[in-house]
Amino acid sequence: MKIVVNGAWREVALAGPATTPTLEAVLGQLGFANRAVATALNGGFIAAGARAGTAVREGDRVEIVAPMQGG
Amino acid sequence: MQHEQRMLRLYDLELSSRLLLGTARYPSPALLAEAVRASGTAVVTVALRREAGGELAGQGFWSLIRTLGVNVLPNTAGCHSVKEAVTTAHMAREVFATSWIKLEVIGEDDTLHPDVFGLVEAARILSEEGFQVLPYCTEDLVAADRLINAGCRVLMPWAAPIGSGRGLNNPFGLKALRAHFQVPLIIDAGIGTPSHAAAAMEAGFDAVLINTAVAQAHQPVQMARAFALAVEAGRAAYLAGPIEPRDLAVPSTPVIGKAFLA
Repeated sequence: MKIVVNGAWREVALAGPATTPTLEAVLGQLGFANRAVATALNGGFIAAGARAGTAVREGDRVEIVAPMQGG
Repeated sequence: MQHEQRMLRLYDLELSSRLLLGTARYPSPALLAEAVRASGTAVVTVALRREAGGELAGQGFWSLIRTLGVNVLPNTAGCHSVKEAVTTAHMAREVFATSWIKLEVIGEDDTLHPDVFGLVEAARILSEEGFQVLPYCTEDLVAADRLINAGCRVLMPWAAPIGSGRGLNNPFGLKALRAHFQVPLIIDAGIGTPSHAAAAMEAGFDAVLINTAVAQAHQPVQMARAFALAVEAGRAAYLAGPIEPRDLAVPSTPVIGKAFLA
């Protein structure tokens, strides 16, 4: 299925037949497992501990942010 | 006077330096690290941005910062709404494992002027949620009062627009702000040279936050050291009690006893 990750459409795998993946699974697919990142789903913050219980659906907007230089 | 000589205290942390340093716009990560060390700072500001592709640049940056042994103050830079700022603060608290947040709600793009209305609203929400909010604000006395009522125990008024290097744009307004409030006041944004920083400290501000003026200097490490000296000198001068300026000359050499030679 297709979702929007950091503003770009990405294809992610379903968890099973007609089963949407969790946010944790999506992060794993995208190479962010165990990385220092924070996440939001459709504009709302999803804490790290809640990712495994959060379903990501077709067309959802996922934001993945990491530490960066700032003033 | 005794209490003023204590170390800088921001919420529950006592800090050994009154210079806070931003981490953006350095020519290289190595120069950033060296500048942080040369500055003697105990606090650096950091941000959250989208982690692009497989490069994982943010992970490398975070590893570098953690080797420096300083406290991190995450910001909500670039946020234009209360919702954006509050969500960014939640993300920052999780990633950086700190309740500190340098709260920015921007109201105007050319000057990066704080939206003080949104700022107060976001500060109230975050304070109630247990954040220790350091709001990037102006010298507006009423806005400052509302921010303190919203739960802020530190204020970060600008000197001039971010990155402008113009120094203290409104010294009279800043002086009034200092006179009105007992909470720690950190001059944030617009400082261009060490003399600006010294002027802020001489006026009684508790600390300054510098980024562009160090990062974009031809020699960032030397400039970091120069700012450290200026901040220390300015603080010492404030504690020593500077004289008031006056319009006419006052002879410094005694007049009495001068030989009559005319």
